[in-house]
Amino acid sequence: MQIFLDYLWVFLVGGFVCMLGEILIITTNITSARILVTFVLIGVFLEAIDVFDYISDFAKAGINVPIIGFGASLAKGAIGAVKTHGFLGIFTGGLTATAGGIAAAIGFAFLFGLIFKSHTKK
Amino acid sequence: MEDKQRNEAYNKYVSAKIPKTKAWPSLFNSFWVGGLICVLGQGINDLLLLAFPNLSMQTAWALTLITLIFLASFLTGLGVYDQIGKFAGGGSIVPITGFSNSITSPSIEFKSEGIIYGICVKMFTIAGPVIVFGVASSMVVGFIYWIISLF
Repeated sequence: MQIFLDYLWVFLVGGFVCMLGEILIITTNITSARILVTFVLIGVFLEAIDVFDYISDFAKAGINVPIIGFGASLAKGAIGAVKTHGFLGIFTGGLTATAGGIAAAIGFAFLFGLIFKSHTKK
Repeated sequence: MEDKQRNEAYNKYVSAKIPKTKAWPSLFNSFWVGGLICVLGQGINDLLLLAFPNLSMQTAWALTLITLIFLASFLTGLGVYDQIGKFAGGGSIVPITGFSNSITSPSIEFKSEGIIYGICVKMFTIAGPVIVFGVASSMVVGFIYWIISLF
């Protein structure tokens, strides 16, 4: 039963966050680059004011899979690195924490860019 | 006066022709597709922790996100993800899979312009701003915490 409730929370929060994005699209005709930037900044802000972990505790993937989670780990990395390395952490923290995701996205995009052909848009 | 009337008529005509996103169905679709992508992420995370109990939570999340990024990138290559995107709108953009799609999609699209100026340059048209804003704002946060830690 607990696992069902967990997944329900994941679905509801994740769906809600994505719906917020869709509301932004409908009301402002915003481009997808701006949506992604907006949500990353929301994530950075939520982590900076120390709220993200409380949401993450019950929403789990519902808040970590949306790009808000990417923003939060950037900020979390920066804060953690400042605590352990001091001034240098300002520069190393964010990218270190998100290195896996960024490298995967770039690496796979390059690989599949070489392999696949463009699908003509209808 | 005549000009004004004509302009009004033309504007009416144009706004009637512009395709409108039907608000309620698109909200509903973005909700359940986005939610489902998050559920998939949770499933991958739980399976990873089940298969490798020694993994730290942080490592498990990183591997989960990398798996999702791989899947989205692959589906973009097959042309499937863009179909989901047409249907789900924000539901396919906001999750990390949308980030992955935004890098792979132009990479494939602009392949014809060469590997350097096509793939490598164009893959950052959307991801570039995301990374720039993300890194810059994380530096601001880090700087504030460094200042606080001095006192």
